[in-house]
Amino acid sequence: MEKKTPLYEAHVRHGGKIVPFAGYLLPVQYGSGVIAEHQAVRTACGLFDVSHMGEITCQGRDAFRNLNHILTNDYTTMYDGQARYSPMCNEEGGVVDDLIVYKVREESYFIVVNAANKDKDYAWMQSHAFGDAVFTDISEKVAQIALQGPRAPEILRKLASEDQIPKKYYSCKFHCDVAGMDCIISKTGYTGEDGYELYLAAEDAERMWELLLESGRQEGLICCGLGARDTLRLEAAMPLYGHEMTDSITPLEAGLGTFVKMGKEEFVGKTALESRGAPERVRVGLKATGRGILREHLDVLMGGEKIGVTTSGTFAPYLKESIAMALLDVRHAEIGTAVEVDVRGRKVAAEIVPLPFYKRSKK
Amino acid sequence: MNHPDELLYSKSHEWAKFLDDTTALIGLTDYAQDALGDLVFVNLPEVGDEVTAGEAFADVESVKAVSDVFSPVTGTVAEINEDLLDSPEMMNEDPYGAWLIKVENITDREELMDSGDYVNFYENQE
Repeated sequence: MEKKTPLYEAHVRHGGKIVPFAGYLLPVQYGSGVIAEHQAVRTACGLFDVSHMGEITCQGRDAFRNLNHILTNDYTTMYDGQARYSPMCNEEGGVVDDLIVYKVREESYFIVVNAANKDKDYAWMQSHAFGDAVFTDISEKVAQIALQGPRAPEILRKLASEDQIPKKYYSCKFHCDVAGMDCIISKTGYTGEDGYELYLAAEDAERMWELLLESGRQEGLICCGLGARDTLRLEAAMPLYGHEMTDSITPLEAGLGTFVKMGKEEFVGKTALESRGAPERVRVGLKATGRGILREHLDVLMGGEKIGVTTSGTFAPYLKESIAMALLDVRHAEIGTAVEVDVRGRKVAAEIVPLPFYKRSKK
Repeated sequence: MNHPDELLYSKSHEWAKFLDDTTALIGLTDYAQDALGDLVFVNLPEVGDEVTAGEAFADVESVKAVSDVFSPVTGTVAEINEDLLDSPEMMNEDPYGAWLIKVENITDREELMDSGDYVNFYENQE
């Protein structure tokens, strides 16, 4: 039986088309449709319920050492309020999950994980814990709302004082007061646009949702569902767990080497990644040049030979073309290479293109 | 939701507009386009292809998913609506104007419903 997020009633009221996803009932789209929602985020602003995401705290004198042990990224130099992304590897170098860690202060961290992996992650963290470090799953108490798009800053400025709005990407402000509601405001997102993610008490979620919608109406803010969330992250070439990385795809194969600090003394998975050497397959971007829509799990061919498989694919609403990410044999992964994708028995021509597909222009 | 009286409807949510006893236009119903969401691609048969009642003759793709389109009649494809290849969104905007194929020499058809029966049918399905 799927759970409801604290915003379920609001989604129904706003015309959300509800589907089961990662154990939750969530809107895949609202009345305006995936394309309109996607364009709103690229050109104005969109509001997403991401309360299904899991939140886990890590506290204690050895909190930092625990994180640096189970995560591939390095958490040594972090200021309070800084956020840092990392894969979390298994002993074989595959990925358990990818997540974001916020440093609250010394000995206290706040971790955001994927909904579908939350229980697995929590068990993994607990089973690897050592010394004085306590992991606590607080997901049920926490709602998360994402405000994403070029007009997000001006909308938020109507509700929060300037000192409560984080300026740097991947940083946050704790204990912000938005209309009397206590929340974390984080300058992060999963759309490739400027924007924020707000963490707050589940019981305040509905009031915050309506307040944001009302405040952003003039700027073109609309409710957005899971459909647009996926097309937006795909255009921005952001990886999704279960697609671009899995327990058998390493972060190096997934092109996430920046977040794997092989120089660290040790971390779970380091030995395996070292012994595997340079990846034999890598993540690339594909653009359909023939007629057809690229989807996930399709064979990628070159001269009739299989050279890899797509991991995500869609029609990209802003770019107005079909794009995919694929895991290809590194010998055939050069940008500009012409390939074919087997779309249900039909060979659709495609080309390897640079990632990301879409990058917002900096003001 | 709009389902004109002059059309006949299939359980797989296609409409047929009979121009005479053996010729018909085939398209997707308003209900179908609404359920599928924004359509971004259509793959149509070629003129001269045979279509069979109850079997897939085309596929349409929304942003999220692929769906087969089934023929309500058996016959020969006389024309395809080429405008849809470049503008699949016409199936969302005007589902009864945006016919997919014109079938001639129709020899058989599925059991089709009138608009009232069709509305009852999908309302009871939900």
